[in-house]
Amino acid sequence: MGMTMTEKILAAHAGRDKVSAGDLLVAQVDLVMANDITGPPAIAEFEKIGRPVFDRTKIVLVPDHFSPCKDIKSATMCKRMRDFAREQKIVNYFEVGKMGIEHALLPDKGLIAPGEIIIGADSHTCTYGALNALSTGMGSTDIGAAMASGSSWFKVPQAIKVNLTGKLPKFVTGKDVILTLIGKIGVDGARYQSLEFGGPGVGELGMADRLTICNMAIEAGGKNGIFPVDEKTLAFLKERGVTRPFKSVEADDDAQYSRVVDIDLSKLVPVVAYPHLPENVHPAKEGREIKVDQVVIGSCTNGRLEDLAAAAELLKGHRVQDSVRTIIIPATQEIYKEAMRRGYIDIFIDAGAAVSTPTCGPCLGGYMGILAAGERAVSTTNRNFRGRMGHVDSEVYLASPYTAAASALTGYITNPEEVVK
Amino acid sequence: MSKVWRYGDHVDTDVIIPARYLNISDPQELAEHAMEDSKENLQVNFAATVQPGDYVVAGKNFGCGSSREHAPLVLKVKGIKCLIADSFARIFYRNAINIGLPMLEIGPEVEKIEAGDELDVDLAKGTIRIINKGLTIQTKPLPEFIQKIADAGGLINYVKGEH
Repeated sequence: MGMTMTEKILAAHAGRDKVSAGDLLVAQVDLVMANDITGPPAIAEFEKIGRPVFDRTKIVLVPDHFSPCKDIKSATMCKRMRDFAREQKIVNYFEVGKMGIEHALLPDKGLIAPGEIIIGADSHTCTYGALNALSTGMGSTDIGAAMASGSSWFKVPQAIKVNLTGKLPKFVTGKDVILTLIGKIGVDGARYQSLEFGGPGVGELGMADRLTICNMAIEAGGKNGIFPVDEKTLAFLKERGVTRPFKSVEADDDAQYSRVVDIDLSKLVPVVAYPHLPENVHPAKEGREIKVDQVVIGSCTNGRLEDLAAAAELLKGHRVQDSVRTIIIPATQEIYKEAMRRGYIDIFIDAGAAVSTPTCGPCLGGYMGILAAGERAVSTTNRNFRGRMGHVDSEVYLASPYTAAASALTGYITNPEEVVK
Repeated sequence: MSKVWRYGDHVDTDVIIPARYLNISDPQELAEHAMEDSKENLQVNFAATVQPGDYVVAGKNFGCGSSREHAPLVLKVKGIKCLIADSFARIFYRNAINIGLPMLEIGPEVEKIEAGDELDVDLAKGTIRIINKGLTIQTKPLPEFIQKIADAGGLINYVKGEH
């Protein structure tokens, strides 16, 4: 019996020839990550162990959630992490000004390569599976322990194969792929499992789409999402200066899957996940009755250059509705600069949008776009739980950058095709 | 008497402890906001009313969403004796084990437990007795490796013990 991509990576890091779903094992990890919310508790747990960090080049600390700090309490937490980074001479600590949203930043800094294991104290750590890595979110105690040991325990997950065919139509993106998948299998459809993407449709997806898809594997309850490597992956790695040797993995033909889900990309349409679960998926064109107070374009899910390009494509030469506060957040400084060079930032500001320095802020109801009671946002972020973006009686509708930008132009949930006709 | 706090499916970590409070470092202060955004909190304020020794009982996928360890932590600080659910989300499950918060994943049998029931839970034996209904639910033991972490009182003690 063969192995899945995830099983192969776990076997290699546990020094085994073969692993099977359900096995519990301890594996070496290649990178350990935390942010300004999860980092301070992880550091506290790490310090209880009383050992040095396992490798100061393999720990990444990113103050991105409530940073640039929104209040004294968050400043105190950021200071705690900054002091620790200095004391321990952590190489990959990214200060405000160099900082970006962690899951956009790490791949762009060349910190992720195929076949590696990355664990992070953030549930969206699963993003890096787009680069054929095994990456998964854990809590602060797990991360604190791994900062000392360089290893962690894993249960080898069962796998769901997602077989992609066809090519995405215009205005349909990776966000629509993952929302459609979550709508199909449910928010616990991949609970404790890996989502293993494959099929001829993979080659039709750009890297930004793959990163968005893996980013939301957790929203189906998944441990991780993972793509195979192709020329696009290798070009992405080369552009980001990944020169260290790596061992990519592909699934064996006789690997075991708990189920296979087929998605024909050419049949997909722009979709929106209604409150209060990411599985409440509806076609965007059915949202005409739903008026919108705010649009957010950004986050670890959709703050990449391709996402800003999509927003700029629709917003160019137009104004967002006066009734829609539109907030656009490039995910990293490099993305911000490139967006500026390409004229996207001018387009956004001329359209009446606010543009912010990188932060996770609004996605989790931290700051930079909090909703009042009764308000609605269309957002390119990843969660629409009760109270996620502010008041417990506010609502978040999840969508792609195209759909979000189209909705900003009309003031209601809008299929992107509608605004270009 | 220990109270059963009963919740439905997919209770997410934003409901268990909203992110707007994650700038609070003090566990006691944080715990005053436990379950604050749940629908049930509109009727009874969990944090103000919960007593040490109470149980939280829920449906499928309890603790889905973010990796914040603050979620099991606030329930532990409030003295929840045991979490019982049809199923738990993966990261929440790890976090609860790692911080030493007892929990039992019992599948659809959880439907037998209702708000107001009186429970007697024996963690060592893995039994849940619903006293007022005269019912006993036998749960599966934890995998041995995970039991060792639980027995050590959480992951940090376990890792310390390894060296």
